[in-house]
Amino acid sequence: MFNRQSDLPFERDQSTRFLPWIVALMVFLGALMFAAALVVSDAVDTWDNSLTGRMTIQIPEHENSDDTVPKLAGALQAIKGIAAVRVVPDKEARALLIPWLGDGVVESGLPVPSLIDVEIAAGSRIDPVLLQARLAEIAPNVAVDDHRAWLSALIDLARTAEVLAFAILALIASAAVVAVIFTTQSGLAVHAAIIELLHQMGARDSYIASQFQIQALLLALRGGIAGGAAAALVLLFFGWIGRGIDAAFLPALTLSPWEWGFLLLVPAGAVTIAMLTARVTVLRALARMP
Amino acid sequence: MLRFENVGMRYGVGPEVLRDVSFALAPGSFHFLTGSSGAGKTTLLKLMYLALRPTRGLVHVFGQDVSMTPRTELPDLRQNIGVVFQDFRLINHLTAVENVALPLRVGGAKHVEIDSHVRELLSWVGLGERLDARPSTLSGGQQQRVAIARAVINRPRLLLADEPTGNVDDRIAVRLMYLFEELNKTGTTVVIATHNNALVEKFGHPILRLDDGELSVRRKLDATDPS
Repeated sequence: MFNRQSDLPFERDQSTRFLPWIVALMVFLGALMFAAALVVSDAVDTWDNSLTGRMTIQIPEHENSDDTVPKLAGALQAIKGIAAVRVVPDKEARALLIPWLGDGVVESGLPVPSLIDVEIAAGSRIDPVLLQARLAEIAPNVAVDDHRAWLSALIDLARTAEVLAFAILALIASAAVVAVIFTTQSGLAVHAAIIELLHQMGARDSYIASQFQIQALLLALRGGIAGGAAAALVLLFFGWIGRGIDAAFLPALTLSPWEWGFLLLVPAGAVTIAMLTARVTVLRALARMP
Repeated sequence: MLRFENVGMRYGVGPEVLRDVSFALAPGSFHFLTGSSGAGKTTLLKLMYLALRPTRGLVHVFGQDVSMTPRTELPDLRQNIGVVFQDFRLINHLTAVENVALPLRVGGAKHVEIDSHVRELLSWVGLGERLDARPSTLSGGQQQRVAIARAVINRPRLLLADEPTGNVDDRIAVRLMYLFEELNKTGTTVVIATHNNALVEKFGHPILRLDDGELSVRRKLDATDPS
């Protein structure tokens, strides 16, 4: 008989009907933004780890005498901060040209520069200009190809996209706060008479605020689950599409299990934001009562 | 129990609706509050149940100066004040039991305590058969009894009633007055605002008389007092 959670008839409050829809939409957009940020972040990390820790030394065909490559490899191994040095076999170097020149390039006599792959030790930095100058003492026309140089622009772009995604997420959260404030203020106006009565009976502000807070929790939970589920379906769909795309540099459109777990933060955050916003709004309004 | 010292009250920049009101109610006393419509009775009651703060003067409730009491401590004072409103102010979506239980819920009482107390009291005011009825299905007199039961359920130290007999016939009005007197005998201080001179005369309690915002305390009605 006394299990009623609320003294206020929220079910008759028209404005509360829209809150789950608003929260659902915001959680949906927020989850997609968050997933996009995670995917971009993953891609940047992959690029960073796989490419920026490497350099390639190119020795032009005309400078490639029998002992040039071993000398260069030896000089590279002696440099502090270089973890590994690998002379790329001629066949492998030619194979890199297959996408452009066709299979025949492997057996052709086409002059191809010799390549040395250099792996830089974790946490070390090698200045490509200084390295080139040092290697030029052995082979004057040697070229040092620092992957970071051309990748950094791409990484910067990706990082900007990542920041943008989080900025949009923050905007969505702000919009959710405004929606909850509006709904709560509307509820305060609709139920003003009962609130005044409870206040007169000696109800503490927290007693009244907790009723709005629980109401906001229930509404946001409904919206959060719906929006989260819709976002999950869309992400699974994108993941399924992404499997069919073979593009080495495009980020994988799938999320790891821990990232899926991380994505739950979006509806959980929406529910928390709704609860806290409702509570603060009610407490501020009640503070104006005598 | 309750003391007003030179209390003045105005709404916004309007004229003072109460002027230099001073009186004291002893614990366990019973007073009628009378005065013509617009004399300031409701404003005075609102000051007594702490719904308003005076624009000047001092209000002491249960020995505490209200103007010096932190806002966070006012709920404790309010929980000791029962109010019967002229328009009952029952909550329509709650049953009679739930309406009466509200002050106990607000005070944090346990469900088991609430259940037994509320049923007992509603039976005592003759509504034992209408426990789960919603206010809209109750008659005016029944609603009034629910409102009174709600005001007294937590045995308040001070009971304020604004025209509690306004919507019932004379027989029920007298019964309700006996109910207030019973409560008064248990130590509750009672103030009844009324226009009903017959009741005032019949029960003979002291009168707080408001005329044009000014208060006087009398032992009994004057022949010239309007109803």
